[in-house]
Amino acid sequence: MSIKSQLDDNLQKLIIAIDGRFDFSAHKDFRDAYEDLEEKPHSYRIDMSEAQYIDSSALGMLLLLRDHAGGDSADVEIVNCNADVKKILTISNFDQLFTIA
Amino acid sequence: MISGNGNRVLVADDNAVDRKLLAKIVGSAGFEVVEAVDGNDAVDKFYSDKPDLVLLDALMPGRDGFSVAREIKAHDTDEFVPIIFLTSLTEASDLARCVEAGGDDFLSKPYNQVVLKAKLQAMQRMRETNQTVQLQRDEIARHHMQLVADQEAAKAVFDNVAHTRNLETPYIKYLLSPLAMFNGDVLLAAQNPANSVYVLLGDFTGHGLAAAIGTMPLADVFYSMTAKGFTLSQIVKECNRKLGSVLPPGYFCCATALMLDFNRSTVEVWNGGLPSAYLRKASSSDIRLLASNHLPLGISSGDKFDDTTLVYEVELGDRLFLATDGVIESRNAAGEYFGSDTLEDIISQGEPYDLFDRVQNAVNSFVNFDGRDDDLTMVEITVVTPDQVQAAEVVGDVEALGGPRDWKFSYELGPKSLKDFNPLPLLQQVLMGAPYLRTKATAIYAVLAELYSNALEHGVLGLRSEMKSSAEGFAAYYAARVSALENVEGFVRFDFQGELMDEDVHLRIRVTDSGNGFDFEKFVARAKDAVDTVGGYHGRGIRLLWDLCETVNYMTPGNQIEVTMHWNVNDE
Repeated sequence: MSIKSQLDDNLQKLIIAIDGRFDFSAHKDFRDAYEDLEEKPHSYRIDMSEAQYIDSSALGMLLLLRDHAGGDSADVEIVNCNADVKKILTISNFDQLFTIA
Repeated sequence: MISGNGNRVLVADDNAVDRKLLAKIVGSAGFEVVEAVDGNDAVDKFYSDKPDLVLLDALMPGRDGFSVAREIKAHDTDEFVPIIFLTSLTEASDLARCVEAGGDDFLSKPYNQVVLKAKLQAMQRMRETNQTVQLQRDEIARHHMQLVADQEAAKAVFDNVAHTRNLETPYIKYLLSPLAMFNGDVLLAAQNPANSVYVLLGDFTGHGLAAAIGTMPLADVFYSMTAKGFTLSQIVKECNRKLGSVLPPGYFCCATALMLDFNRSTVEVWNGGLPSAYLRKASSSDIRLLASNHLPLGISSGDKFDDTTLVYEVELGDRLFLATDGVIESRNAAGEYFGSDTLEDIISQGEPYDLFDRVQNAVNSFVNFDGRDDDLTMVEITVVTPDQVQAAEVVGDVEALGGPRDWKFSYELGPKSLKDFNPLPLLQQVLMGAPYLRTKATAIYAVLAELYSNALEHGVLGLRSEMKSSAEGFAAYYAARVSALENVEGFVRFDFQGELMDEDVHLRIRVTDSGNGFDFEKFVARAKDAVDTVGGYHGRGIRLLWDLCETVNYMTPGNQIEVTMHWNVNDE
């Protein structure tokens, strides 16, 4: 499991890429990826193209990010999910909270 | 150099000259010396003087040093008492014997003072290290005992709050290990005052205590609201609010809640975040998926929470199957998932009666090692006839003849209340203020529920019960109910009158609605004809009232009904 983050070219969007199993072991790395930035980005993109699996504590981490990003006004998209990841997000109806593409 | 405790040395040598010499060296190094003249004496002095270190001649008459060392080492279970062998033996195999017997070091004769003192110091350090380890070990043991005691206490509280006794009925099968409970799985069952069965299966985020702790408020809300007769929507809404307020951010509970009404043969379902539950028909291999269509509990803030439930018709012998993701996410040695397709096949194929065992066996043989049940949580509820549901416990054993003896009250709901307020828990609570009504709490609630839903659905909303005569119509009926409630106009009024005369209880309930009434004479005649026929989609409600009430009368034009109930306080 590894987590990489970078701001896009005009520094508006933070892109966080998850690699491997997205579970509780990623807790600190994931938080470090978006906390303590000098300026809060306008939007966030979670790139799941290399994520094999997520569990419920990862869902909790996504909720924490959403809170951090402004709660109901947060702009967070989750992209490139494989079938397993998408299924877990769908069962939990997280499409009501995040843009899932 | 050496001070305080831990400086007593036992010197055991049968050769007096050697012993005196050694005692002098040891004494001059600051140790207190105890002398032993042979093997037996060494053992005696070891017990009487409790030395901290033993210098032991290997070869002594009577009992040799090896035997003494073995006894000392066998004895000192807790305290570490180093033994240094004194020997003129030089063969490697002899020296090895010293170590085998329990010696920690050896010293060759003749003695070299410098080496001897260095060895004494080394042994002393070893002893101190050992003592530190012992202390830490004891402390860990104490902490562990404390932890186990805390966990047992927590488990006892946990078991009292999230108790499983309501699950011990013939029509519920379930699997929930204590370990699963502490991993955040929760399974609750309870009956409302009309003996409808409520079940909630939940799975909290994460593992361990953090996951388990949310069970307490959840169980609390679930049990107390179910007992008071609140609707499924109201209960899940309050569970969501409660968990939202007590759980830290990022923690939530995936849950399926359902309500089985055995009188009306319906199941009402709310699923937020758990894998689909299944409704397996008794008469065919048809299954219906009860899929998650809501966010889990504890995420949405109060007004955004969606408490919409779905209602399905059920028949005798139908089975409802619910499981947490432990079942479909079980993995075999090759790392493959059990999967929802496999689960669906098992539930639809084969007979309904051993569905639960089939699923359990299939998962166990798929995973193929023992003890796998530890994190499987699943439950099956069978649809039975209402009389197979044991009545909910009557709460409180109060003086049956106390309370108000002659009373009446009216209660009217306007359109804004009709839209989403459920008056039944409140009315039931007022009625139960008369202690002599409590033994009939279940019957009274069932009658109230029937009267209210008729007045609201048929009277105020104008829905026709004939709609429910097919499975499709059944679903359409509940959809129409939801949309009609959006713009509801009108009222429902209750008039209650109660009296306790000697030991006879009389209760009269009149319900009036703002609707246009209906041809009740024809309805009653038809329902009477149907009394002996089995099944049928409508007319169950009026038969329930006939069963529970002494009289049931409609007033022209049919928007008013009056029922009376009468019993003796000594009746069973």
